[in-house]
Amino acid sequence: MTAVETSPFGTHLSTGRKVRNRLATICMGVAFLVAAVPLVIVLVTLVTKGAGVVFGLDWWTKPIPSNVASAALADKTDVFGIDPSQVTRQTVVYGMWPAIWGTLLTTAIAAVLSIPLGIMAAVYLNEYGGNGRAARVIRFFTDVMTGVPSVVMGVFIYTVWVVPLQAQGRSAFAGSLALGALMLPIVVRSTEEMLRLVPDALRDASAALGSPRWRTTVKVVLPAALPGITSGAMLAVARAAGETAPVLFAIGTVSAVNWSPFGQNTTLAAQIYSNATQPGGESIAWGAALTLIGLVMVLTLIARGVSSRFSVRVDL
Amino acid sequence: MTDLLLRPIDPSEMEGDPRDQRADSVFRRVALGAGLLVLAILAGIAISTTNKAWPAFVHQGFSYVFTDNWNPNQDSFGAAAIIYGTIVVSLIALVVSVPVSLGIALFLTEVAPRRIRTAVGTVMDVLAAVPSVVFGLWGFLTLKPWIVDVFNSIAGAVDGVPVLRSVFGRSTGMSFMTAGLIVALMITPIITSILREVFATVPVNDKNGALALGATRWEMIRGVVFPHSTGGIVGGIMLGLGRAMGETIAVALVIGASPQIVSNLFAQGEAMPALIARNLNEATGLHSSALIGLGVALFALTLVVNISARAMVRRIDLRTQGKR
Repeated sequence: MTAVETSPFGTHLSTGRKVRNRLATICMGVAFLVAAVPLVIVLVTLVTKGAGVVFGLDWWTKPIPSNVASAALADKTDVFGIDPSQVTRQTVVYGMWPAIWGTLLTTAIAAVLSIPLGIMAAVYLNEYGGNGRAARVIRFFTDVMTGVPSVVMGVFIYTVWVVPLQAQGRSAFAGSLALGALMLPIVVRSTEEMLRLVPDALRDASAALGSPRWRTTVKVVLPAALPGITSGAMLAVARAAGETAPVLFAIGTVSAVNWSPFGQNTTLAAQIYSNATQPGGESIAWGAALTLIGLVMVLTLIARGVSSRFSVRVDL
Repeated sequence: MTDLLLRPIDPSEMEGDPRDQRADSVFRRVALGAGLLVLAILAGIAISTTNKAWPAFVHQGFSYVFTDNWNPNQDSFGAAAIIYGTIVVSLIALVVSVPVSLGIALFLTEVAPRRIRTAVGTVMDVLAAVPSVVFGLWGFLTLKPWIVDVFNSIAGAVDGVPVLRSVFGRSTGMSFMTAGLIVALMITPIITSILREVFATVPVNDKNGALALGATRWEMIRGVVFPHSTGGIVGGIMLGLGRAMGETIAVALVIGASPQIVSNLFAQGEAMPALIARNLNEATGLHSSALIGLGVALFALTLVVNISARAMVRRIDLRTQGKR
């Protein structure tokens, strides 16, 4: 920062100017607090409300309970004027394994679909397209595509996959298609940024050794940019893992684990959404939210770590 | 590469192994194909959703957008109130988020020392990484019961004031305002990161010049940073608007699911993505078409907003690269 803290002639500043300057600085600090305080509150609420169910083996191994609503009603018999002794108390086993598996499965398939395609598209943009017309058009619409709302992507997959296939339509794979389409532009743009950082000297050196362009790209350019590409891809994966709207119409719902990418499935995000408004579903929703945040944060932090640790290698 | 060669050469000498050439052209085509996939998906979205929504558009005509009567049981789909809800929520989100993002971005680029900058950057990254549904859950279970008292005491306080009375009325906690505030929280990191990039392109010489003339930091910001970044700021705000309009799950949980056009920002409403998310799975026939039609409208809206925003941000890029 070249900005000077105080002018050497500061004493000559009129009070009005000094006050306005100070006031502006304070406003900027306050702006940060306005964003940071709710974030901290959200995270603290999440941990305090979710920790109860998450720290137990059941949560990670058992199916999703289907009796939360009836158990919650059984606890409120007095509200309905029913004799409590007439009601069989139900024990709820809080499990979330099917949704944890479903999240990992859908996100992994989405990653497998979108990351190679995204990298190839970025290779075209940076290694072949340059500033040509095709590359400019693709680049522009990739940017535009990052702004397409996730719910629209869900509706799209619903119309082209779920509706035509009817009974077989809803599956983890259909969810992955929607998530993959959401991830694609993010992967393309972040990869292109990384490819751009690879110095031309490396490409020239490889070409001078008689290596054709594709081999230069695969053996020299992509390895040099790999850390950056990995980090960008992981951020895209983290974003996809938390998406609800696209998965909602595509994946269906199950309460027992479904190992197959076909057939209905469920994700943490979908479980949070459906349990948030269900009577008695609150602790499940909080637990699933804490699990999801944990997953997303781990991915995000690894991505940051990867990019900061290896970024030096890129400017060889 | 060629300028290293001192003698003019026959092009055939440069060609190398024909198998390599063929491999290269295949590789290039595969890469181009991957790039074109982006365009194909966008075109696919436009065509397939419009196609599925067509029956509803035909059935409803212009009253789809201009009438306020969304009643699937009577095959009546006037989406005006739902579009109104989306606009109101997005505007609330922008009004709250833009000054905050401006402040944070200025703080990051002009004020904060390096260490604080990293910390603030991390907080923004974490905020951006929190999934929509988690904000929605928090909004529904924690914020709503608390904020209903705040809303109602505001409503009580402005009860006698003519205009404010109709804008800030009684509330159940589920409202345009609740949704708008949560969306504001979600778009703040997005707008901030764009504004940060925009502010970073302001030439250091201009800034130092202003400071050397005796300007305070705030005067420098107003005199140099803002005029230089106008286009970028507008672009960043519009990208935020695009995001706000498409925000789905958080809004679906806190807006209250009752389409109505009212001036009371504390009243329950409905938004386009929220309505789609809540009903598309169970909808059939014309109802399904009408919901997909809302998706088409949302897609078109965000496309327009994003294209103009990108065009504006890109112009800044070009200018700083000296290409314009």
